Amino acid sequence: MPQEIPANSVGVVTPQIATFNEPLKLRSGKILERYELMYETYGELNADKSNAVLICHALSGHHHAAGYHLDDKKPGWWDSAIGPGKAIDTNHFFVIALNNLGGCHGSTGPTSINPETGEPYGSDFPMVRVRDWVESQARLADYLGIEKLAAVIGGSLGGMQAMRWAIQYPERLHYSVVIASAPKLSAQNIAFNEVARNAIMSDPDFHDGHYLKHNTIPKAGLMQARMLAHLTYLSDDAMGEKFGRDLKGDEVRYDYTPEFEVESYLHYQGEKFSTTFDANTYLLMTKALDYFDPSQYYDNDLAKCLSHAKCKFLVISFTTDWRFSPERSEEIVDALIEVDKEVTYARIESEKGHDAFLIPIPRYVKLLSAYMKRVIKELEL
Amino acid sequence: MTIENQIPLRSDLKIIQKWINPNSQVLDLGCGHGDLLAHLQSEKQCQGYGLEINPECIVSCVEKGLNVIEHDLNHGLRHFKDGSVDTVVMTQALQAVRRPDILLDDMLRVGKEAIITFPNFGYWRTRFYLMAKGAMPMSKTLPYNWYDTPNIHMCTFHDFENLCRDKGLKIVERTVVDSRHTESLSTRLWPNLLGEIAMYRVTR
Repeated sequence: MPQEIPANSVGVVTPQIATFNEPLKLRSGKILERYELMYETYGELNADKSNAVLICHALSGHHHAAGYHLDDKKPGWWDSAIGPGKAIDTNHFFVIALNNLGGCHGSTGPTSINPETGEPYGSDFPMVRVRDWVESQARLADYLGIEKLAAVIGGSLGGMQAMRWAIQYPERLHYSVVIASAPKLSAQNIAFNEVARNAIMSDPDFHDGHYLKHNTIPKAGLMQARMLAHLTYLSDDAMGEKFGRDLKGDEVRYDYTPEFEVESYLHYQGEKFSTTFDANTYLLMTKALDYFDPSQYYDNDLAKCLSHAKCKFLVISFTTDWRFSPERSEEIVDALIEVDKEVTYARIESEKGHDAFLIPIPRYVKLLSAYMKRVIKELEL
Repeated sequence: MTIENQIPLRSDLKIIQKWINPNSQVLDLGCGHGDLLAHLQSEKQCQGYGLEINPECIVSCVEKGLNVIEHDLNHGLRHFKDGSVDTVVMTQALQAVRRPDILLDDMLRVGKEAIITFPNFGYWRTRFYLMAKGAMPMSKTLPYNWYDTPNIHMCTFHDFENLCRDKGLKIVERTVVDSRHTESLSTRLWPNLLGEIAMYRVTR
């Protein structure tokens, strides 16, 4: 934690746990009898409970979106956007961020104890889909006494959840903010995910997903998976600018240890991730991404699918994002326009690739702030 | 492409808004800060979208509670299906797109009717400027140098009407205003000479 917490920070935050004893029937047909969700909240819930904003996280995200835990060096993953006076202004909004079901940061997931065996679930943890997350998030809203959310906001996989909310619970949100997302993954995207999964599953320490029973983790596999994924989140320009062809030493060494700065960076990212993230959660999250395609239940017609929505939409993309390109966001926009939904769309100039959605790019911040001010004004918060 | 000509938009908007029916679906191409759309929404209960490319303008539209879509008009109107809106409006942007003729077709593909306004290059002051100075005209309406102007396809009323005729489009209404943006007997008599801004309402 920094010695002095900035004035526009939500400050020190403490995660909470909500326990749900009502069984959750998942899309796969499997049933979770009981589960817990780890969440944080920022700001105050108003008297009529109309100012709640749900933040949905992306693949590697979690409930700690803003502020500091006592042992934090850095604030939550979207601290740049959440806080008093920030784009998602906690002087007006009550912000909820949770760790999704199947996660590895406190919510029930593959590392939790399976009540049937008394051992960690591991790969026995049922696969969850985006709709299951939305269902569990709706139950979290119930738990907090919130009938209708002011907004659901998410980037990447989080954007898919924001979109799913609009279709699944049209009466329960006023605004959906879909950032750097897509209506479904492309073949190329699924392929990237499969390479990542394959790296994990072919690690000798994977043990069919029951590695915890063997007191080990598939570290090398998870590291490779993350290195691959990480580089797809950056743009060629961003990597060029950050690393170029810089060497760590003065000259080449003629060996295969990392010698270019970019190699060393990727190794560092992979290493860091492999010690803090669970491999089964990674597998599960990538599958949820692959499976996401809400239009498949509406004759593969996205417009027909989104015609059920009742909320207003803000869609944002970033120019150098090639993992979830602007064209994919524009498919969402086109479909919304086709069915006369209220939508605003911006394509933000950025050299940061997919990662841009987490970076406080001035134009992005300004636009999101203006839109959230509109939410405050229209809902009289 | 940024369309922010410093033409006092208010007065031509006043005329245009009379041509738009209450409760209709409107698409505003190059909607700028969204003044027309905001007016149509609050006064005429119209619904619609604005297309814009300037980041500042997009934020202004968001602040006004408008539906604004970031889109370059040079890419056509692919976001919109055939006949999906009543009126497609484009104020002061025709001369700034790469292919005004193709965009005009697209406007009438998407809308039942198109409203277009543009600065008249046949206006007497413009003609006089070119004749007297031998340089590309600059004025309050046309504040740019030849090399940095977004207005790459300047035309006169005659040019535009010839284009409409070639395409077989029907001009439903035409209004021509002078530099004070008022219509007078003289602008009606000699529009191509005395009119500074043209406003057209066209259909197929």
